[in-house]
Parts: sequence; C-alpha cells; structure tokens
Amino acid sequence: MTDTAMGRVAEATPPGVARRIRGLSDRAIAWIFVAPTIFLLLAVNIFPLIWTIRLSFTNFRANRPNAEVESVGLRNYQRILTDADVWATMQATAHFLFWTLFFQVLLGFALAWLINRKFRHSDLWTTIIVLPMMLSPAVVGNFWTFLYQPQIGLFNYAVEFLTGVPATSFSMIGEVSLAPWAIVIVDTWMWTPFVMLICLAGLRSIPESIYEAAECDRASPWRQFWTITVPMVLPFLMLAVLFRGIENFKMFDLVVQLTGGGPGNTTTLTSIDLKREAFEKWRTGYSSAYAIVLFVTVFGLASIYVKALNKVKER
Amino acid sequence: MSFSITDPSPRQKAVAGALVIAYALITMLPLIWIVSTGFKSSADSIAYPPKIAFEPSLEGYVNLFTAQTRQTPEYLAENPPQTWYEEIVHEKGMVIAGPSRFGERFLNSVIIGFGSTFLSVFLGTLAAYAFSRYRIPLKDDLLFFILSTRMMPPIAVAIPIFLMFRNLGLSDTHLGMILLYTAVNLSLSVWLLKGFIDEIPREYEEAALIDGYTRFQAFRKVVLPQAATGIAATAIFCLIFSWNEYAFAVLLTSGTAQTAPPFIPTIIGVGGQDWPAVAAGATLFLLPVMVFTILLRKHLLRGITFGAVRK
Repeated sequence: MTDTAMGRVAEATPPGVARRIRGLSDRAIAWIFVAPTIFLLLAVNIFPLIWTIRLSFTNFRANRPNAEVESVGLRNYQRILTDADVWATMQATAHFLFWTLFFQVLLGFALAWLINRKFRHSDLWTTIIVLPMMLSPAVVGNFWTFLYQPQIGLFNYAVEFLTGVPATSFSMIGEVSLAPWAIVIVDTWMWTPFVMLICLAGLRSIPESIYEAAECDRASPWRQFWTITVPMVLPFLMLAVLFRGIENFKMFDLVVQLTGGGPGNTTTLTSIDLKREAFEKWRTGYSSAYAIVLFVTVFGLASIYVKALNKVKER
Repeated sequence: MSFSITDPSPRQKAVAGALVIAYALITMLPLIWIVSTGFKSSADSIAYPPKIAFEPSLEGYVNLFTAQTRQTPEYLAENPPQTWYEEIVHEKGMVIAGPSRFGERFLNSVIIGFGSTFLSVFLGTLAAYAFSRYRIPLKDDLLFFILSTRMMPPIAVAIPIFLMFRNLGLSDTHLGMILLYTAVNLSLSVWLLKGFIDEIPREYEEAALIDGYTRFQAFRKVVLPQAATGIAATAIFCLIFSWNEYAFAVLLTSGTAQTAPPFIPTIIGVGGQDWPAVAAGATLFLLPVMVFTILLRKHLLRGITFGAVRK
C-alpha cells in the first residue's frame, strides 16, 4: 500500500541504550543534523515568502529600486481577482490541467494494465516508455516546436500520413483553436509514464489470492475488474493525479518553450502570465500578490484533495 | 479458454505486448528525431517530406561548438580549410571565428548540477537520519513543511529570490544557483533518504553502540554504508532535477552562470533556429539523463513520488 514515510516512523531510540553512550547527546546530534536543512529552507523559502507577502501590499517595482515605495493596501489583490486577463489565464490553466490529467490517467492506467500482463521483456519496454519524463522540459519543448512545423514537421507529416489532412494546412502552435491542444499533447507524451508507473505499483500490490477467491465465486473478469482492480488501484491513481496536478498547475518551462503563451493569450498559463508581470512589466508588487494568490490556490486545492485521498484509502 | 486477470493466456500476453511496444515506439519517435536531426545537414533537416534516410553530416555538431562569420569568396579561396570541421564551415561560405558558448554553458550545468547534488545529499542525509532515528519536537510538521516547499510555483519564489540575490551579489553566480538548487532539492532528498534509512534495522546501530562506538561513529560506519544505494539513487534524482531546471535558470542567470537548458533554445543560425545544431546540443544534453534513467529504473517509482510509493 502507499505508505508515507511519516506513518512509518517508529519510536525513538530506547532511552536506556542512549544514556550510556559517550560523546554528544542524542538531542545535540539531532539538532546539528537537522539545523542546516531547516536553515537553508527558511532562507530560500520562508524568508522570500514573507518578503513576497510584504511586497504584495506595495507598488514596488524591481526595475526602479530608488523610486519611493508606497503602501497600497489590498488594491493589488482586488485588481487580480477582478482582472479579466487573470481569469482568462486561470481558464487556460484549467483546460490544460483537466485534459492532461484526463489523457494521462486514461493512457497511463491502460498501459500499466497491459504491462501487468507480464509479457516477455516487459521491463525493457517499460524503461523505454519512461524516458521522456526524465528529460529537460525546456529542451524537449523547444524541439517539439520543430516537430510541429507545418511544412517540415514530423508531427504534421504523421497526421497527413494517417488522416490525409494536408500537413501544410494547419499549424499546431500557430492557431488559436489548436495551440491549447498542442501543449496538452506534449505534456501527455511526457508525463503519461509517470501515471503508468504509479498505477503499475498499484496493480502489483493487489494480492492474487483476492482474484482467485473471486474466480472461485465465479465472478466474471469484468466484475473482478470493477470490484477488485479499480478500487484497489484508486488510491494510487489519486496520488498520481495529485502529483501531476500540482506540477501542471505550476507549469512553465515546457509551455513557455513550446508556444510562449501564444497565439494571443490562448496558452498563457498562470505561471507564464506571472513571469510577464514580474520580469517583463516589472510590476513587482502586483505580481507578488499574484504569486500569493496562486500559492494559496495550490495549497488550498491540494489540502482538500489530500483529505479526499485519505478517505479513499480508509475504505 | 476464458479470460483471467491473474493468469494471462499466451494470446493475451501477445496482444498486450504488441500494444505496449507500439506505444513505446511512438513515444520514442520524437527522441529518435532529435538524435537523427543532429546528424542531418541543414538542407536535409528541413526537407519535405521529412527525411528518414539521409547522408549523415556533422554540420550540426560543428555549428553547435563554433561561432562563425560569413566571408567573401576571395577570402575563402585564399584561406583553404585546414581541418575537416573547417571544411564543413567553408562549404557554406563561412569561417570559424572561435568556440561557441555551448561548451561553457554545458560546463555550468555540470558544475551547478554536481555542486547542488553534493550539498543537498549531504545535508539531506544528516537531516533524514535525525528524522528517522530521533524524537524531534514537531517532527511531522517539520517534514510537511519541508515537503510543502515544493508546492510553490518557481516563478512565484523567483521574485523575492531575484531581489535577494541582487542585494547579496549572488545574481548570475554559480554559488547562488548551487544554493538555490540545493534548497529546492532538499525536500526530495530528505524524504527519499528518510525512507531508505527507515528501512535499515536499528539493531545494527544499537549493537555498534554497545560495542563502544559513539553515536556519530555508528552513523558513519554502520548507517552510511547500509544506505549507500539509497544515497546514490537520491543523488541521481537531485542531479537530474538540477540538470533539467529551467525557470530559475532563465530568470536568475544570463551570462556567467547560465546553464544549458535556457541556452539550447537560443541557438540561432542564419534565418531562424539552426535545427541540426539545436538537436546536436539537445542530444548531448539529454543523453546523460537517459543513461541515468536506465541505471535508476529500480528506484524510479520511489524517486518520482518522494518515497510515497515504494513497491
């Protein structure tokens, strides 16, 4: 089963043994060992977070460090929540999230199920399938723009070959109606193996005896699939969706290289929009508030989801 | 023969195998295309229909590693090429003006990748050991805090880090990027290593303690050797992350400390992107990760789920 590291923590060292030891006390060692990590994370995560919160109430601009900084209260937040462009990027993100998760769950589960049929060399093919997800999204995303070229791209050529639609008649990353799907395709290509690996672990965790018992009871394979396989794999699948969901909510590198947010704003996901506000328009105060809104959203959605996940696990 | 979930028939295995292999081949196509485009001439790389059979050329690799300038035919005639790579460049009416920046950028990736991997695994091992073996107040909260640092979108953290680096003089420096990637990788390294160390039975250390080892000696001589595989797997995961990272690199580095991912997409030839050179750079950059992935395959699942699924 899934088994978080936290849950497995056994009780600490038996005090009887500990007391007899020479050298530093356990307590001192524990702190010496943990302190550098905590310190670094405070410096690189918490301190900047607090700084961001402070900046989010100001009109500070990082490209004008000498200009006077004024407090603007909640105005940045008000603007973000009422800005139509921000909602448009949220919608683009939601579209991207929904369809990438949909295809990755479908394909990932199907592949895991097939691999679990234990055909010859299945491990070798699994390793090959896994390769794309380990590669640099920026480098790979950039190369996909080449595959998507209308004239010379392999993708368009493959579409022409399979469906007869002329390769030159469409541009995956140049057309408003196609670009949102272009990024879904590449993300699905890249990350389906992630869902597949987790599902495979789920499938392999189901004891065969359960199926054998079901077969004795003459349950049909169809019924076995829906009453045994699906419920037992569900917690794994939900975990995969959690990981992919958080990652794709933050999505930046792959899409910025593929489409740069265009054409128009059709593939401007929130991270891309935030980057423009913060590092091109230099509206530091405004984009700090934007960052906080995003962080609260991810954190909020993730905690609701984790609650649901724990309920499924308990069943 | 009826369908069985636990005991697939040979026919079922064959069908499943064929479908998976078909998917694997399709999924490999873009990667095969990257590698093969690297060995195409510029003309072959933009041919329609896309060329599957072509005469291999090292033009892409030469363009990747050299900076070139156009010269007049007279100049070219007076200065015949000395080496095979100069010849490739000459045929296009250019001469080599010097090395390109690719070598530097690649080296930056290596320095920053290995530096941050070493630091995050070093600090992570210490913290993971303490979390695994000692009673630490608020342990669960601290562990969750460490994990939650991964939820923040990199662009969101980049704003204050950009300002902080500017004030500390860390912008566009190797040290700054190493510290940043170390902090990002620490969550993975602590969680993964804690899982690996939890699996080492405590009895070994206790026996060492009774034999007169100090706590620290027991950690070094008993726990570390036992955790070696886990530490190696964690290190590879950290290395792959730093190697692939793009968002922080593109925002916080521009020259001295720029790594390869922001650089490769900017390789421009005459009239647009020089695809063979881009593909050549991508091949050299992606290949080490492919090798590592194959080495890691037994620990892959654990690594990508922060140790949540161990199998």
